[in-house]
Amino acid sequence: MRWALRIGSVAVVLLLWQVLTATDTRMWLRFDQLPTVVEVAQRFAVQVGGAEYYHDLGNSLARIMTGFLLAAVLGIAFGVLIARFPLLGDLLRPPLEVVRPIPAIALVPIAILLFPTDEQGIVFITFIAAFFPILVSTRHAVRALPTIWEDAVRTMGASRVQVLFRVVLPGTLPGVFGGLSVGMGVAWICVISAEMISGQFGVGYRTWQAYTVVDYPGVIVGMVTIGLLGYLTSAAVELLGRRVTRWLPREALR
Amino acid sequence: MSLSVRSLTVGYGRSAVLSEFSLSVASGEFVVVAGPSGCGKSTLLRAVAGLIPFSGAISVDGVAVRGPSRDRALVFQDDGLLPWRTALRNVELPLALQGVPRSERRSRALSWLDRVGLAGVEGYLPRELSGGMRQRVQLARTLAQQPSVVLMDEPFGALDAQTRSSMQELVTEVLAGTTTLFVTHDVDEAVLLGDRVVVLGAGEVERQRDAILAAVKA
Repeated sequence: MRWALRIGSVAVVLLLWQVLTATDTRMWLRFDQLPTVVEVAQRFAVQVGGAEYYHDLGNSLARIMTGFLLAAVLGIAFGVLIARFPLLGDLLRPPLEVVRPIPAIALVPIAILLFPTDEQGIVFITFIAAFFPILVSTRHAVRALPTIWEDAVRTMGASRVQVLFRVVLPGTLPGVFGGLSVGMGVAWICVISAEMISGQFGVGYRTWQAYTVVDYPGVIVGMVTIGLLGYLTSAAVELLGRRVTRWLPREALR
Repeated sequence: MSLSVRSLTVGYGRSAVLSEFSLSVASGEFVVVAGPSGCGKSTLLRAVAGLIPFSGAISVDGVAVRGPSRDRALVFQDDGLLPWRTALRNVELPLALQGVPRSERRSRALSWLDRVGLAGVEGYLPRELSGGMRQRVQLARTLAQQPSVVLMDEPFGALDAQTRSSMQELVTEVLAGTTTLFVTHDVDEAVLLGDRVVVLGAGEVERQRDAILAAVKA
């Protein structure tokens, strides 16, 4: 019943879109410029049949995965170090806090100047975008860790390193995954934007390319593809997060 | 393994939680420190465990305490288990930290779980166990650690009366002959469990009133 309702609501939106665009409706908003659902679907079928679509898909995915994984590893490492070692915190926080409020996409000119290839620049932008949410949520999660677990493990004779790997990292995972989810979201925004500005392949580049050659169905196909990729990668992070934090009390799970 | 606490002071001046407190526990003795909330019982255990800075001298078999070590195991009131590890993996933890090979620590942990009456629950997470069962797991973990001294901080404070009394029985049984310092606010529990009971007063003036109560052991 609820599924029928959900599918029904999507169908109504699609139908409305089809009617408004097919009849070239102009009522302040100009639907006559937009492709119809049927046109988009036909275009999608053509694209999915060709090699270029997958080439772009692979490019964007490789960029986001590289940037995101780098951000995850470094964000978690820096977050833990800053929270656990006050001296390192004093050393690292000021420069990081200066860069943090700058939207990653505003760093595109710097990235172009700094890196030998556009490819590396795009990965850099994606990395910066995901790095800060992961860093900040890791730092908070480490700070909020109940001391009792650490006390317990220390009275078992654990060394500092053992405390780090046996208590701090597993104990902060729920908070870290909050940061990973947010990080994945902004990473997509930034990889697509960066591709639109300076890419040679990729879903973002292809979408912008379609717009400049007045291929509007192609634009919509690009948008839908971006949406799907964003949804799938976020779902993967979410699923992994649930798996590794299944020890949380039930009421904390959604 | 004897424990000696001499002139222990934690905190400074008027705000000192403990001042000039002395206590000794003979090898194999079960000493209970009883006193109202806020009298410094937990602070005493945390100092002996090496978790907080103190002045004075604490030693185990003549060796001065400088920080936490596997020598002195601490049993907490609740939530002392790592929630992401199953009961078995919690009991295995002290063995893993000591570098005991996987298969051996598994079989040893299983036998300790069996010892505290928990055979069959090894695969459960702490949140899936009752409060009493979690305390049994903590006890099994402590036994697996094989410390010189066991420190227990109100371990049954959060349990209902029935569970509490079965746990008291279990502790008397499995910790017989182990040097133990047990802290509680419950006088009945103190008298029931202790070879000796030390009453810790609430004020800084009242120091140690060694109310030696002959323990009635079954």
